[in-house]
Amino acid sequence: MVIGGGLLALLIVLALAAPLYAGDPVDLDPFKRLQPPSPEMWFGSDNLGRDVFARTVFGARISLMVGFVTAASAALSGLLIGVVAGYNRCLDGIVMRVMDGLMSIPTILLAMALVSLTGPGIGILIIAITIPEIPSVARLVRSAVLGVRHRPYVEAALCGGSRLPKVLWRHILPSTIAPLLVQSANVCAAAILTEASLSFLGAGVPTEIPSWGNMISSSRLYLPIAPLTVFAPGIFLALTVLAVNLLGDGLRDLFDPRSTRRH
Amino acid sequence: MATYILRRIVSTIAVMAMVGVFVFLLLRLAPGDPAAIIAGDAATPQMIAGIRESLGLSDPLPVQFVRWVLSILGGDFGTSILTGRPVLQLISQRLEPTVSLAISTMILSVTFGMIFGILAAWRVGGLVDHLLTAFAALGFSVPVFVVGYFLIYWFAMIVHLLPVQGYIPIDRGLGAWLVHLILPTMTLSVPFIAFIARITRASMLEVLSEDYIRTAVAKGASSYSILFRHALKNASVPILTVIGISFAYLIAGVVITEAVFNIPGVGRLVVDAINNRDYPIIQGVLILVSGLYVFINLAVDLAYTLVDPRIRY
Repeated sequence: MVIGGGLLALLIVLALAAPLYAGDPVDLDPFKRLQPPSPEMWFGSDNLGRDVFARTVFGARISLMVGFVTAASAALSGLLIGVVAGYNRCLDGIVMRVMDGLMSIPTILLAMALVSLTGPGIGILIIAITIPEIPSVARLVRSAVLGVRHRPYVEAALCGGSRLPKVLWRHILPSTIAPLLVQSANVCAAAILTEASLSFLGAGVPTEIPSWGNMISSSRLYLPIAPLTVFAPGIFLALTVLAVNLLGDGLRDLFDPRSTRRH
Repeated sequence: MATYILRRIVSTIAVMAMVGVFVFLLLRLAPGDPAAIIAGDAATPQMIAGIRESLGLSDPLPVQFVRWVLSILGGDFGTSILTGRPVLQLISQRLEPTVSLAISTMILSVTFGMIFGILAAWRVGGLVDHLLTAFAALGFSVPVFVVGYFLIYWFAMIVHLLPVQGYIPIDRGLGAWLVHLILPTMTLSVPFIAFIARITRASMLEVLSEDYIRTAVAKGASSYSILFRHALKNASVPILTVIGISFAYLIAGVVITEAVFNIPGVGRLVVDAINNRDYPIIQGVLILVSGLYVFINLAVDLAYTLVDPRIRY
């Protein structure tokens, strides 16, 4: 978990500080196409003469932002839906059927279809990636709520006269935090991968904005002669998702009293 | 037992109904007039009106929905807007490459995933375990297209051992079909092997710490017997669940892999359809894929009862 968290923090700092040290990611220079790494362009240049290093680092900002915002939105929505479903028996049936239906449609296809309906744009993209991720969070929260709902302390609180919102907030909610956090990490990793895949397929971030996915897509024809244009974003993508996954695993081990921890 | 099956089937139908509603609403969700979207940017008002008539879009929504459901149940998935050919025919033409890729991937992933997982659990804490766990973490994090291009670069471009891309139908030669499938299958299998290995390892570890395993060891049973006869059967439940769930990811992976390796399968069909706004194809593929997913999960649920006799609802 420490490795994951540390790596992620490093990547975030790199991404945020990008304008300070990297070159211009969109500046074309057709005379400098497909150059190998040099002191000015650390990763070389791509087929339009753009600085690959700058684009990679700027791409980090997009991917990380999409990942975090998606994770946060999915977490909040899933929390809301999960708590409602877990607490209220009547709504539970309908809500869970809807969630099941949503889960049956593959994320990528659903996200692509949503994007194609409304046109390109980061906001739409985030919504399109968030929606398919909500059911898994909702299910998790719902089972946590179901596990706690009948506990004596909840009954006691209700008998004592506490109003429902207060009971939900103070007694039920804390039991949902741990699985919610772990699942949010998973959602973040999945969101980053989905955004990259969508951009790779051309249905994600608009092409002017550098994203790891569309970098790989536009550079793939040049794989034999300029492999770094494909591998630089690829490796960064892998490292980022790995960092988030490790963080999530660490969180899970932290919260699970039964796991074999090596201290 | 029969009631269990019946209840599962009923809930499956309910879920499919949900999926149907979603897919149906997908087109109508778009801001603006669906007919105008289908017609495209350069359409005249007459063309838009014509499309609206032919697709029956002026009728009230529930009527449209019922009509659509009835036609699907009757086997008519509509016709492609771009090519005018029946959607079902288009899909069935592209089925062979996708199914070949999917099945070979599942076979490879389940086999190696379980082997790795069992190995890691057996030698827990050792070098093998650490290596496999690291591989699992990495394998799950690297996106499919990165793995794809990585493999293409090393095996096809540097070494010239395998073809860079493309697909050969099986009736044009078994050898060629196999050779062209190797790289795509390897690519797509990586995240699944990682996932399955992880779950297998965790599940096996839980089972191996049980008392009856200790008894078997004390009785002098061979490692083979312990692992496979006693432990694996009980560890199988989570593994089966995972296999069912991973089918959804398989679809996503297939779409990307077909794009990377230029395989003319259903994945490419739907990507092109999305880019061309060819909604009947999108709807048809989504329904079929979701239906398949639901069906596979049903099969997994039924398989539970075979593997673990304690599970009887």
